[in-house]
Amino acid sequence: MASVANSRLKSVSYAKYGYIFIFPFFIAFFIFQLYPLVLTLYYSLQEYTMGQNLVTFQFETIGPNFIGLENFRNVFLNASEPSGILNAFKNTIIMWGCNFIPQICLSLLCAAWFTDKRLRVPGQGIFKILIFLPNVLTASSIAILFTSLFDKTGIINVFLMSQLGVIDTQYDFLRSTAWTRGLVSFIQTWMWYGNTMISLISGILGINESLFEASEIDGCTSSQTFFKVTIPCIQPIMVYTLITSIIGGLQLYDVPKLLSTDQKGAPGYTVQTVTMYITDKVFGGGTQDYGKAGAAATLLFIATCILSAIVFYILRDEDEVAQKKYIKKQRKLAKQGNKVSGGLQI
Amino acid sequence: MSTSAGHKPGQGKVKKIVIFIICVLLSIISLLPFWLTFVNASRTSAEVQSSLSLIPGGELITNIKAVLNRSDLNIMSGFKNSLILSTAVTACSLLFATATAYGLTVYQFKLRDAAFTFIMAIMMIPQQVSIIGFYKLCSNLGILNSFAAIILPAIAAPPIAFYMRQYMKGALSVSLVEAARIDGCNEFRTFFTISLPIMTPALATQGIFAFITAWNNYFTPSIILTDSKKYTLPIQIAQMKSDTFRTDYGQVYAGLFLAMLPLIIVYILLSKFIVEGVSAGGVKE
Repeated sequence: MASVANSRLKSVSYAKYGYIFIFPFFIAFFIFQLYPLVLTLYYSLQEYTMGQNLVTFQFETIGPNFIGLENFRNVFLNASEPSGILNAFKNTIIMWGCNFIPQICLSLLCAAWFTDKRLRVPGQGIFKILIFLPNVLTASSIAILFTSLFDKTGIINVFLMSQLGVIDTQYDFLRSTAWTRGLVSFIQTWMWYGNTMISLISGILGINESLFEASEIDGCTSSQTFFKVTIPCIQPIMVYTLITSIIGGLQLYDVPKLLSTDQKGAPGYTVQTVTMYITDKVFGGGTQDYGKAGAAATLLFIATCILSAIVFYILRDEDEVAQKKYIKKQRKLAKQGNKVSGGLQI
Repeated sequence: MSTSAGHKPGQGKVKKIVIFIICVLLSIISLLPFWLTFVNASRTSAEVQSSLSLIPGGELITNIKAVLNRSDLNIMSGFKNSLILSTAVTACSLLFATATAYGLTVYQFKLRDAAFTFIMAIMMIPQQVSIIGFYKLCSNLGILNSFAAIILPAIAAPPIAFYMRQYMKGALSVSLVEAARIDGCNEFRTFFTISLPIMTPALATQGIFAFITAWNNYFTPSIILTDSKKYTLPIQIAQMKSDTFRTDYGQVYAGLFLAMLPLIIVYILLSKFIVEGVSAGGVKE
């Protein structure tokens, strides 16, 4: 415990260590995260391509020349282009939605069961561990596994043809848009619902016990308790889950890339996600278009910023805000010449 | 606990059984892909392509040997690279995130609140957004195709720093640091000998997650590392997509089995910590 006057003194003599301790983190952040980000945003306003000239077959670099918002204009002018940015956003949102809705329903259901005191599902410790398991596996292994299973010559076709006899010829799952997108969504749900479930369980366990007791005394059924008590109480956690899931969903890359037969979003760019678009424009072979990739990255960045702002608001430390207000008030009082009593822990 | 009024007797029991069966099914779905990988890794390619089975065959060792001896794929070097990278990334991010948390918790300085707010604000920005700028930077620094390009950025891990700071606020009392100071301990020694031991539970949890995330990372390494000698395991696995592998499914499954096994073993050993760690929050991807 130190009085405000003491802590002021402390700040004079030890403040430099504070900077020393946070220095490596911030210097690494500025070099490896902030500078690349600024560079990417800068490219979005430039005409900057590298590749073979179609006439002379010489490797040439054009730019960087400032062209304003031309790259963004192209995005919206070519909205119907099957390999454009808007298409990539559309694919990403479709695959995310088909993953998130079943994911949240399933994890809510499991969370409700595993926290229900009346129900006491036997073996729930093991169930939780098994349901969470897919989350630790490597996404690229899972994608390759599913490619092998659903390949034209894969096990699923063998099973359907020779063992069940329900189809006569091999069905090419990975050339069907619906199947490929469906598989991406399924894998994402399967990998993440355990994680969401555990977060929700900890949210539900944080609810004041007396609320449940009161609802039981009032004769609520399990489902009434769930919808009228549990859901409203865990709303902040659900919003947090929703938004972190959208941010994660916008980065979707490994699974759709490795599941699509040409690794560029086959069939016909229908599983190309935003991140796949960005990397394809620069590392996909052919002309490297830093401008277009930068424009897509900028749009992704703006979307992430808006969503992060919401998470930031949810996570902000309410105690801290209150404490800061308190300190300010105390300082004001001290200035006015009032004696400040101790007991302020910082 | 008895069922509440208005319920038919026995209804609770039926419900319990139904829920139990659903949970068993969900657990089976969790394990099925891994089981299919194992079963098919233990069968010959001809068997794999003629029927679906849930009973393992006897060719596991043969297939594993075959996939390890391939000239176009070096799973063992993938293991080694992944191990080196994941360890270095975990150590870097834990050490510097904890140091940052320590700086923000123990000291009073002008930019302290601004620095913490900044960390919270940037926590969610994914690396995918800045990848082309990052690639250019690495190319200018001459660290393309090197492990440094993966390890050095790990010094700044905002989510871990955020978590550590939240944990430290509750676990480390400033008076302890002051006591050490009075005893003549310098600031860095105090950090290493007093605060790090107190942070052990948080370091363990975050360490497990940082390691698994680094181990599973495919995106950045696949763009930065171009030399096949430096490929990590996920990149090696992704290579099995090529047509040369389509001829031998037994080997593909054996490769997948090798890649999944260590994670499954680690998970079985640490599942309690992992599940608890998720409950503590702050570990979403």
